[in-house]
Amino acid sequence: MTTTTTTSPPPASASSAGSPRRFLSLDNRYLAPVLITGILFAGQLSFGILESYPRTLLAIGASVLAELILGRLMLGKWPHLASAYITGISVGILVRSPAYWPYVMCSLISITSKYAIRWRGRHIWNPSNLGISAMLFLAPASVASLSIQWGNNIWPMLVIWLLGAAIISRLRRFHICATYVASFLAFSGVRSLVTGAPFLAAVAPITGPMYQLFIFFMITDPKTTVRSKRGQAVTVFFVALVEALLRLNQVVNAPFYALFLVGPIPFIYELWRDGRPKTANRPETVQAPTLAPSEQPA
Amino acid sequence: MRQYTQAVIIILFIGMLVMLRVLNNASVSGASGTGSRAGDALAGDDRRAAERNVARYGLHLEEVSKAAGVDFVHQAPRLDSKLDHIMPQIASMGASVSVADFDRDGWLDFYVTNSGEGSRNRLYRNLGDGTFEDVAESLGVADLNVPGTGVCMGSIWGDYDNDGYEDLLVYKWGKTELFRNDEGKGFTRVTDSVGLPDWINVGSATWVDYDRDGFIDLFLGCYWADGLDLWNLKSTKMMPESFEYARNGGQNYLFRNQGDGTFEDVSESAGIGSTRWALAVAAADLRGTGYPDLFIANDYGVSELFANQGGKSFREIGRSAGVGASPKSGMNVAFGDIFNQGRFSVYVTNISEEGVLIQGNNLWVPREGTAGDGLRYDNMARSMGVELGGWSFGAQFGDLNNDGNQDLILTNGYVSAKRGTSYWYEFSMVAGGNSAIISDARNWPPMHGKSLSGHQQKKVWLNDGAGHFSEVSQAVGYTDVSDGRAIALADLWNRGVLDVLAANQGGPLLIYKNTVPDDRAWIGFELTGTKSNRSAIGAEVRLFFNGVEQLQEVSGAAGYSAQNQRRLHFGLGENPSVEKAVIRWPSGTVQTLEAPAVGQVHLIEEPQ
Repeated sequence: MTTTTTTSPPPASASSAGSPRRFLSLDNRYLAPVLITGILFAGQLSFGILESYPRTLLAIGASVLAELILGRLMLGKWPHLASAYITGISVGILVRSPAYWPYVMCSLISITSKYAIRWRGRHIWNPSNLGISAMLFLAPASVASLSIQWGNNIWPMLVIWLLGAAIISRLRRFHICATYVASFLAFSGVRSLVTGAPFLAAVAPITGPMYQLFIFFMITDPKTTVRSKRGQAVTVFFVALVEALLRLNQVVNAPFYALFLVGPIPFIYELWRDGRPKTANRPETVQAPTLAPSEQPA
Repeated sequence: MRQYTQAVIIILFIGMLVMLRVLNNASVSGASGTGSRAGDALAGDDRRAAERNVARYGLHLEEVSKAAGVDFVHQAPRLDSKLDHIMPQIASMGASVSVADFDRDGWLDFYVTNSGEGSRNRLYRNLGDGTFEDVAESLGVADLNVPGTGVCMGSIWGDYDNDGYEDLLVYKWGKTELFRNDEGKGFTRVTDSVGLPDWINVGSATWVDYDRDGFIDLFLGCYWADGLDLWNLKSTKMMPESFEYARNGGQNYLFRNQGDGTFEDVSESAGIGSTRWALAVAAADLRGTGYPDLFIANDYGVSELFANQGGKSFREIGRSAGVGASPKSGMNVAFGDIFNQGRFSVYVTNISEEGVLIQGNNLWVPREGTAGDGLRYDNMARSMGVELGGWSFGAQFGDLNNDGNQDLILTNGYVSAKRGTSYWYEFSMVAGGNSAIISDARNWPPMHGKSLSGHQQKKVWLNDGAGHFSEVSQAVGYTDVSDGRAIALADLWNRGVLDVLAANQGGPLLIYKNTVPDDRAWIGFELTGTKSNRSAIGAEVRLFFNGVEQLQEVSGAAGYSAQNQRRLHFGLGENPSVEKAVIRWPSGTVQTLEAPAVGQVHLIEEPQ
């Protein structure tokens, strides 16, 4: 659930410089941290969603510390911490365990993966997706993912969706969310037909808060998604497809595993393609504005 | 240089993944303890293995229900056909057991509830020769599952009319019943004259003299919404509105005993009328005020701690006390002085299913120096090794090996159907949905005969007295894998040890006869109130021995749908030095017994 970029946010237009609007217009790099912090506080204050404040702070602290140390070692300079903050806060919300150590371990694994698993100078897995998948797969006796919170109520979800949609639209990535949701709903129908379970039961998971975080923060991660809009849409369609297949096999943590399995494939392909000698008629792709500041090693 | 750095980071990353697996395995082995080793031992010569277990652990449990003449098998109810597709998980409660010497012959008897429509409850009278006989039919307390009246969920004994004989309250999803004990020779149904509601879906109950007026009052905690007739559903929107924040359960009720054989509903004025999904309740003076507080474990939500305001009303302080912040699936409340420091810790059971839901059970330990309104608890379940118990239900504290420390025994398992199947995927799918989906039974996928946390291994955690519990269930013979609900502890053969009664949903009532080394001493106290309620419910005994102080209380219910023996049993270890026993009666009278003799039950009547 980290978010990274290699580009700067779009500069404010000359006409808006110095105007009140400028002060209301938040730098894109801070949108995701602000959104996820808002979600955290809204959820905690209204429903007490966290296992505990210390666990979440532990996750954030471990994430930030790991980022500082590894970034300094690898880059030779202090990295921007917005990405690590998002990773930590995501771990703090999504990991469910009565113990403390899973929060530390998940953050450390997430951040370390960015620096350990690299190809052509880029990390290829969404760090918190990898971290949480590793926790769920390797430590099932100690860890579960967030599956039930927010009072199972529709209103917090709608608020998150409205806020998230507004922000994600500004970042020109809403098509990723929309494609995934549409695919999930379609595959829910298929699963319902195959298993005989009520359609609403098949749809139920996406109405929970875990999916809001998954949709807004994981699958849209600009640093581990391909550049073209079509490529992004196709990728999340396949994420939803693999998730549906996993669900048909009764895999409880299907979305995390699906993104873990599918996410890197098109991204690696793109990196491979970019590494080839360019032909004269190959068009340049354009990097979309992104959610968070770069923590990308040079 | 950077390449070397990255190589180090890669090694670090792999190391963390390995460590993750190690930590996970440590969690599993911590939960299962030494069971497998001793389980192997039991495969050999049972008798020799038992002797070894007694020598090693200080106890051995042998299942003796058949030999004791007990052949009770619980039947689950069959509710409205609209629930057929998920019936096993809806009709999943009702197996209970409560202990009392109803005929005052000095031998402990017990009552078990059945829940199939038309099925019979049983009252097992202890014959004193190692066997029991069912006298429920002849004494008029068997036929309580008559179609149209609901089905039984549990029972509690208490002398509500202070005539010296324990009366019987049977709570139901339906019509709760009260029976007056006619001097141990029979029971008279007095339900209609005492003022209980016509139809409520009670999931838990306890006797408690909350106003200390010398008459025990009645608390009923309801599960399903009030008035919901599970056999004639008007709508399938009767499920919890949330898996963790549900408030659409039944109301809690408090009935004040007016001393004339009737009860007054004071739920509203007492501030007790929460509508969470109550599954367990127990009462004790947790704050040191002299008045009993109520601790309620709620399914689909947080626990509640109702602080007694001088016997006049209650104030819910769960959140400030630390026990009401993290919502789980509470199913049990048991109090135990696990550190021998004169204070109760609280054990609340929840659900833990590997890879799906790790709520962990809660062991709420009172923080040093806190009491009264400043009472604070910390959850020490993980650090003390009693966190993971599967889909946990009933649990009780008791000194099972007479070593002077309060041990913990737990039963578990929700729906044991076909082995190798699991409904967890479907369950988790719906449980994560919003209220419109989860609250309607129609949206729940059919179970198709699948298990849901079934066939689970039970737990016996031995307290080492130094802050850690060791799991020894398989070693000491607690080996059944039924769908356990209620656990009750009682010295059924008057041998100075705690035996175990285990009530299983849709399964047999099991009796585990306990064997403890002869050189481990014990002492018992059986209290009778005079100014206080006759059952002495709420009385505290502080036993000072071997330089420590252990607190126990006469309770009106404990665990899940269970009631232990009213007699208080203290294990003392080898060659104990007993200084004194200090009894605080519910009336406030304090009585001190200097150097009481060990190896016997002291029959104590409250000083006039």
